[in-house]
Amino acid sequence: MTFSPELEARFAKLLESYPPGRTRSAIVPMLLYAQDEVGHISHELIEEVARRCQVQSLQVDEVVGYYSMLHRKPLGKCHVQVCTNISCLILGGEELYEYASKKLGIGNKEVTPDGQFSLEEVECMGACSWAPAVQLNYDFHHYVTPAKLDQLLADVRKAQ
Amino acid sequence: MLYNEPSPLEVKILTKRFGLKNSESLDTYLATDGYKAFLKAIEMTPEQIIEEVKVSALRGRGGAGFPSGMKWSFVPRTSPKPKYIIINADESEPGTCKDRLLMENDPHQLIEGILIAGRAVDSHKGYIYIRGEYRYLIEAMDRAIAEAYSRGYLGKNIQGTGFDFDLYTHTGAGAYECGEETALLDSIEGKRGVPRMKPPFPAVVGAWQSPTLLSNVETFSAVPAIIRDGGAAFAALGPPKNGGTRLVCLSGHINKPGVYELPTGFNLLRMIYEVGGGMRNGKKLKAVVPGGSSCPILKADECDIAMDFDSLAKVKSMLGSGGTVVLDEETCMVKFAQRIMKFYAHESCGWCIPCREGTTWLKKMLDRFHAGAGQKSDIPLIGELSKNMLGRTFCALGDAAAMPTISIVEKFPEDFEAHLNGKPCPYQHSAELAMA
Amino acid sequence: MSDLIHLTIDGRAVTAAPGTLVINAAKAVGIEVPSFCYYDGLTLQAACRMCLVEVEKTPKLQVGCTLPVAEGMVVHTDSPQVHEARKGTLEFLLTNHPLDCPVCDKGGECELQDMTFRYGMGESRFVEQKQHIDEQQWSPVVFYDKPRCILCYRCVRICDEGMGVKALGVGNRGSVSVIEPNHFDHLECDECGMCIDICPVGALTSGTYRYKTRPWEMKHVGTICTHCADGCKTTLGVRNNEIIRGNNRDRSGINGEFLCIKGRYAADFVNSPERLQSPLVRRNGKLEPVSWSHALTAAAAKLGEVKARGGKFAVIGSNHTSNEENYYLQKFAREALGTNNIDHHRTGDVATLLDALSGKKDALATTADLYDRKAILVVSSDLAQQHPFLAFQIRANYRHHNAHVYTVTPGPVREQSIALRSVITVPGHELADVVSLSEQLKKETELVILFGDAIKGDKIRQLVAFGDSLGIPVKYVCLVDYSNSRGASDLGLGPDSGPGYRPVNAPGLAYDEILAATDLDVLWVVGANPLKHSALASSNAFVIVQEMFLTETAQRADIVLPAASAYEKHGTVTNVCGEVQRLKGGVQVMGTKPDLEIMGLLSKELGVNLGMWSADKVLEEIRANVHGYNIPLPILATGGAAQTAPVNGRVPASSRPDLIQSARDTLFTSGTLGRYCSKLKSTLEAPGALYSEPRP
Repeated sequence: MTFSPELEARFAKLLESYPPGRTRSAIVPMLLYAQDEVGHISHELIEEVARRCQVQSLQVDEVVGYYSMLHRKPLGKCHVQVCTNISCLILGGEELYEYASKKLGIGNKEVTPDGQFSLEEVECMGACSWAPAVQLNYDFHHYVTPAKLDQLLADVRKAQ
Repeated sequence: MLYNEPSPLEVKILTKRFGLKNSESLDTYLATDGYKAFLKAIEMTPEQIIEEVKVSALRGRGGAGFPSGMKWSFVPRTSPKPKYIIINADESEPGTCKDRLLMENDPHQLIEGILIAGRAVDSHKGYIYIRGEYRYLIEAMDRAIAEAYSRGYLGKNIQGTGFDFDLYTHTGAGAYECGEETALLDSIEGKRGVPRMKPPFPAVVGAWQSPTLLSNVETFSAVPAIIRDGGAAFAALGPPKNGGTRLVCLSGHINKPGVYELPTGFNLLRMIYEVGGGMRNGKKLKAVVPGGSSCPILKADECDIAMDFDSLAKVKSMLGSGGTVVLDEETCMVKFAQRIMKFYAHESCGWCIPCREGTTWLKKMLDRFHAGAGQKSDIPLIGELSKNMLGRTFCALGDAAAMPTISIVEKFPEDFEAHLNGKPCPYQHSAELAMA
Repeated sequence: MSDLIHLTIDGRAVTAAPGTLVINAAKAVGIEVPSFCYYDGLTLQAACRMCLVEVEKTPKLQVGCTLPVAEGMVVHTDSPQVHEARKGTLEFLLTNHPLDCPVCDKGGECELQDMTFRYGMGESRFVEQKQHIDEQQWSPVVFYDKPRCILCYRCVRICDEGMGVKALGVGNRGSVSVIEPNHFDHLECDECGMCIDICPVGALTSGTYRYKTRPWEMKHVGTICTHCADGCKTTLGVRNNEIIRGNNRDRSGINGEFLCIKGRYAADFVNSPERLQSPLVRRNGKLEPVSWSHALTAAAAKLGEVKARGGKFAVIGSNHTSNEENYYLQKFAREALGTNNIDHHRTGDVATLLDALSGKKDALATTADLYDRKAILVVSSDLAQQHPFLAFQIRANYRHHNAHVYTVTPGPVREQSIALRSVITVPGHELADVVSLSEQLKKETELVILFGDAIKGDKIRQLVAFGDSLGIPVKYVCLVDYSNSRGASDLGLGPDSGPGYRPVNAPGLAYDEILAATDLDVLWVVGANPLKHSALASSNAFVIVQEMFLTETAQRADIVLPAASAYEKHGTVTNVCGEVQRLKGGVQVMGTKPDLEIMGLLSKELGVNLGMWSADKVLEEIRANVHGYNIPLPILATGGAAQTAPVNGRVPASSRPDLIQSARDTLFTSGTLGRYCSKLKSTLEAPGALYSEPRP
């Protein structure tokens, strides 16, 4: 597989950052960064990462299944992650999630037919004091209300 | 820059640069005593540094509260193997959002703490394990690290002291369990984040089979102040054996949620009413999660308490990681218990049977119970099943799921009773109101 | 004995060596501490939490499988708290278990069933929805039923640690964790089935056994695998005269629980539709079925006629037939037919090794030595493929004792991953490469050298001289191919030496000479297929063949006598390390007879008395007459292995190293037998190749 020069540079740096012979350590970062670029983790990507980290593809596959941010199916261009864990829950996180689901017309870990959005109910993302919180891809949004979510989604649509 | 309005009651040691212009920059850091502690540490022997940390009564800020100085002294400094420093920035305990601020607002304080630790345990390589969701913080830390390298605060022969140190960030990818130190080690080695058997402890056999000093971001961030101003000064900020300040993450039904730096041992009620601006909409206090979702919950009448490790242990709860979640009278404790269990079932690594199966069973049961299909016999069963996990799991995650659940069932039986016989959740409207 | 630890378990005083785990200290005094994930010889997991015990002065229950004994420790395995914990854990385990015991293959020999029966509660409090995942087929051999899986990771560990294959891993997380195969949806591995047998529940099941029977409906027959030379004990599960599986769960025999695909699943040749079930006699150029009496009479008549006119006989014996059959065959040839024209396909130069070791004591390694000795040198063999059990022993030795492993092989082998040093050699250069290791080998305290067919004739003498030069005790294994290759050699299937390598007066024709001779009157082939690769020059020779299948040789025969396989008869075989073990027949195939009986009946027809043709009687004769085979009967009778004592004197070794040639079978081929094993052939990995790069 070929990646962008930026990602290749990042991989090169990654592989150098671990102690000698410990390339296996790069598996998780490599998968996540590659997923950011290619959209999801395919068998081909698993084999590619295995080759680069000098392990069996099974060892990479085991990792893929373990981490919740690694996805085997493509996500929407904008992955809407709504936290419903305790601090968000008690300030309406679950209702916010339901609202997003209705608004986007998709359920948990589903993608809109146009591929623009995907939705995920996520665990605590470390925004408890600014609850309820939402992440659009890697961007945090705090004190999110349904109205604010509407605005955020509209902004994304506009930008796309 | 994420930062809430400070409270006048704060004692700002670790957060003293928060709110400064470009607080994250090396220039700001240097202008405010930055890297002085490191230069001081270079003049000290490793034994002296460790002694100072012991004197400070600093205890791990990740949740377990292990005395830091003791941990540092366990690292076999003279081992011929390389020694690693790993910074746990996998902040994932529900209710906790402080390490985020420390890395965003004052990354060099963390770097300096790491350098001092490196000097103390003869380590020359460190990795900051940052949870995958904190991508912007990985970038922020990378920027700070690059700046430190470019100005000779990382790399070879730091500031002409002859001390070398390389520091890297490493991203997680979504796994609460990786906050457990040995699971984090497996994770950084490119494996599933499954905890390891102890002994050996990470201090002796940690990352890549080598001695490893592993602590939380806040713990390392406290080190520069300890070395700079002396361990005794830091210790004096808190009650005995509970040195320094803590970053308290106040969240929930209060008027001024936020992260506040308060002396260890600060009274919980004062946190809520004086620091946090009191209950929202004048509602009554129902309960408090003192230090993240793993901690047994406190009823309103238990909240007049000093927030330190020992006082909370006395009421069979824990100080945890500083995630203080305040619940008002309209909170459904069944729903709350269900959400906690849903979290632990989702995050259980699956390694051992009691945790894997126990959390899942309890989650299913609490789902059903909250939906109105509970039976009276379920109420004691929730407690019994939790106790069947308690103390029997491989790592503390099983306990973390069991303890709050047991406390909720014991302390709020009336909430459970109210859901019986197909009755709808009596608090159903409250969350909707919260959204308004 | 001051270095022993004293502790108390359930009120009983127990002593144990330091480092002993509580679970084992308890076991030693007959106290069971239940466990799923703990498995002798594999790494510790502490995952199942079944072995929790109470230790006085410790607030929490302790994990018996990881807790080492300590002086003065007081352990309770029978306290209410412990019972409560076991009950709780089992209750958790059963929450998502499908409880489909009535249709589960494991029913009756399931550890989860047993544990629930002993320690569980009578009823379930779980009323929630179970989570179903469909069963998956990972290979013709391996099926995985996730809901039954308790995630004890035994399969993952046996595949990684035991087999060195690493084909199984853990996927997903939490309660949806699964065991996963190495190629996303299928396995590419040794297909050994170790994972299946080690599974305490019915999560991993085998393609040969699943949904066929219940364990208690089978007869369990412990015999010796009839494929390679390693001599693994396999316990055949037989129902209605059909071998449904092989396993060795009782860990009896030299191999403990080890078996490869051949020992577990390659018994289907027995019921192959191509199996010969009636004698055949050539009439008008065509082989036609006849009765046994007709065939035997015809064969004996021919033998008698040729004998009477002083005609020329030649006999080719088998690598698979029993010691008794080999002995009887050479006796028949030498005494009744008066010929030394007898040989077999020699796959290793055992005779030269024995000769080179003449005068030495304890110089032949046993399979146990491969697990015990401190250093092992493998020369020119792809052990993991050609001798999977020997490879397993060496891996276990490395794992448990940190054995120093050296390899000198013409290509990559699995043992390289555990080797201290590996040399890739080129044919002809093996000895020089071995010698290049001498400085390092001299530092070892003992050594076992295993060598393949590249080392033969004088090279063996040179190798032994090299071994002598190291100044440390060295033991040897001359690698041979098949289940009784060693026995064929020992029991006199050679032109120049009789049983026990006793020299013969006038050496006869060797294997190639037999085939090249133009003046043979009768060629008698027992369990061999010499005409697969070469033609028979004596175009007029009358050919008698005892065989299971209509092989190339049988097709050339004038009379074909359908023979029983090793799984259908009694007797003994000698493995690659010279260990003699007992065959026990488990099934019978209608129309066939064991080779010994065929020979006995032939001798009777011929009117010669070669002694009774029962396996026991012949063994008695072997024990009395054959050097090295006076092995203790009780060991054999109890299913043990007795190493034959080496010939302590010169051996009339063949001067024909060119005849020594391994068939280079892989894990998925097995000479003639392999051609009729549908399970072997059905695997994705078949036929496989030696010295190939490890699969990614």
